[in-house]
Amino acid sequence: MTPIAYRRTRRCLATAAVLAVTVTACSSDDDGGGDDGRVQLHINGQPPSTDTRELRVFNAEIEAFEATHPDIDIVPHEGFMEPETFNTRVAGGDLEDVFYVYFTDPAQIIEQGYAADITDYLADVPHLDQVRPELQEVFQDAEGRQYGVPTANYSMGLLYNRDLFEQAGLDPNAPPTSWEEVREASAAIAELGGGVTGYGECAIENTGGWHLTSEIYSTGGAVAEPDGDSWRAAFNTDATRTLLANLQAMRWEDDSMGSDQMRSCEDLMVAMGAGQLGMYVAAPDNLPTLVRQYDGTYENLGLAPIPEGQGTLIGGEGYMINAGASPEQIEAALTWLQWRFVNPDEIERRIEESLADDLPVGLPMPPTPDIWVEGEIRDNVEALKQEHANVPVENVQPFMDSAATIPGRIEPPRAQEVYAILDNVMQGVLTDGDADIDALLDDAEDQVNRIYGS
Amino acid sequence: MAAPVTAPGKRAAGRRRRLTEHLTAYGFLCGALVIFGLFAWYPVVRNVILSFQEVNFVRGSSWVGLDNFTYIFDDPLFATAWKNSAVFTLYALLLGFGVPFVAAVLINEFRHARAYFRILVYLPVMLPPVVVALMWRWFYQPEGGLINEILGAAHLPTSDWTNSSSTALISLVIASTWANMGTATLIYLAALQTIPGELYESAELDGASIWRRLWHVTIPQTRFVILMLLLLQIVGTMQVFTEPFVMTGGGPEDSTVTVMLLVYRYAFVYNNFGAASAMSLLLLIFLAVFSAAYLRVTRSRQI
Repeated sequence: MTPIAYRRTRRCLATAAVLAVTVTACSSDDDGGGDDGRVQLHINGQPPSTDTRELRVFNAEIEAFEATHPDIDIVPHEGFMEPETFNTRVAGGDLEDVFYVYFTDPAQIIEQGYAADITDYLADVPHLDQVRPELQEVFQDAEGRQYGVPTANYSMGLLYNRDLFEQAGLDPNAPPTSWEEVREASAAIAELGGGVTGYGECAIENTGGWHLTSEIYSTGGAVAEPDGDSWRAAFNTDATRTLLANLQAMRWEDDSMGSDQMRSCEDLMVAMGAGQLGMYVAAPDNLPTLVRQYDGTYENLGLAPIPEGQGTLIGGEGYMINAGASPEQIEAALTWLQWRFVNPDEIERRIEESLADDLPVGLPMPPTPDIWVEGEIRDNVEALKQEHANVPVENVQPFMDSAATIPGRIEPPRAQEVYAILDNVMQGVLTDGDADIDALLDDAEDQVNRIYGS
Repeated sequence: MAAPVTAPGKRAAGRRRRLTEHLTAYGFLCGALVIFGLFAWYPVVRNVILSFQEVNFVRGSSWVGLDNFTYIFDDPLFATAWKNSAVFTLYALLLGFGVPFVAAVLINEFRHARAYFRILVYLPVMLPPVVVALMWRWFYQPEGGLINEILGAAHLPTSDWTNSSSTALISLVIASTWANMGTATLIYLAALQTIPGELYESAELDGASIWRRLWHVTIPQTRFVILMLLLLQIVGTMQVFTEPFVMTGGGPEDSTVTVMLLVYRYAFVYNNFGAASAMSLLLLIFLAVFSAAYLRVTRSRQI
């Protein structure tokens, strides 16, 4: 072969190879059928490789499931709900068949048609009817059609540092029950000095609005209320003004919250883990994170019901199924989700494995999530939880006892947009000693009504 | 005398050679065209289309006319974001334009250790922007933050920095200037080094002071670089995102919400890609018109 012919041949081969790779990359096997005849199911929710214990548990669960369901092939993908990439993955057809969501997500995902309607597949799914109806509603549209499965939920409470309570002369077994008492406890803890603050709020990235919503619910208030076919703002009330005035007094009169207020919830966890913060509003899932990542200890952390206790924000997580999934994939997905998350028959095994892996047992979260309606399953789960608890349950008992009596309220419609507006109210009170609470609330009310009206 | 007749074979060979040369050039151009087309022009065209659509990645998008623009114009944050971006740009010009120029002039005056100072000034540019923003977030902490600690030790008044709506934006400008001034300084320095030494010698012989030398030699000689950097800086700072996103999240009380931060919120927090595209399109038009006008004005002054 002459050098020119050789170069031409090489060029042709290279072009063909590039084209072949491109065509292969662009094509996809969308019918969900694997080469071996099994239904292939791409799922996300795989813990990162840095979280070795959780990853080991996750992989073991998949192995156990596939052993008992040989017709389903689970293909796990790392990660949970990432707003930055979610839409691009939908647009690119890369969204997994079964994908993780927070309770703030389903309403919009349903509206946009990104999730499959699974209502007609639910009749044969065991135990799903034993999941609390208010959690199921998060995954339903206005007609009551179902688009996902709730797998865990949380309600907000008051997380506190028991050591700091003791050092400040407070009784760690009698945490504050009103916002006025929170103020007193906060002032007492801040008196300890050394950079210790009594109470903390997260105030950025919509978490200020999210926390304020929890606190408004705690006084029996609402953030939004129905207005015919639409909604309108409902937070501009005397109760909210009192709540914010109390917060403003803690920050500016008592100086018990420190001066850095543009904090994320993670910042609060860092401070709590380091023993520099007395209290903040949080869900129970903060406890294991504080212990695993921020040097907290279960013995030192307490969780109380949300002060006032007239209501609390409930949130949680679940899974939805890709709108493009085939009927076989939807059936397989529901089989997986039920087996993995809504399965009273597997709870005892999972508890034992969690104990062996030194993962916390005894909290209202997986492996014993608080998703069941009152009845036999719930009683059994509670009994198992109590029997096998490896964390000092008495530190979170006040929170758990109140769970049945404090009404849980879900997030307002268009929650993220509302939270962004309420962030401003929270930031105004915490960063400006002269902030006019009435003006902040009036302004926020106008903006929220504009969103609901648009 | 008659011109020599070129043999047909020779002419054809010349044409072939030229064609081969041109083909190579077109080949190289193709690569650039494909890359620009795919990663610059197509996204711009797509952005224009999206800004007139209600975007849905599953059902397909639908045309909604000017609804997305009405939505963003009705948003109270629209005016706030433009105002904040403009003020940020203004501060960034005052600080980020003057400081690198002065730094370059100073470094240029050094007889020794010039390379050391060049590296020192350029070092922050090599840090990832998010790392810089996180670092400055710590610097700005009212309690225990580096800046207030230094000010306190020197018995100077401290500030709330990013914790106050009145100082948050300027705090971001300072951090941004620190992080980005290295590139501008190096470009100024390169421009300064092209100024013939004779000009300064003549000026010195004429008894010109350092200020007169700066005003009558340095600035006129680096004018083109200054004008170009000014344009690039305005275009860059109007699109500021990382600092407000990482350091303040747009707060306190929306005092650091910028146009790009609002675009991000529309797209990734509210899932409203139509509104995000509409806002991006407005920014694109504004910057394009501004750049064209700026180049026209500066070019006409050069003539």
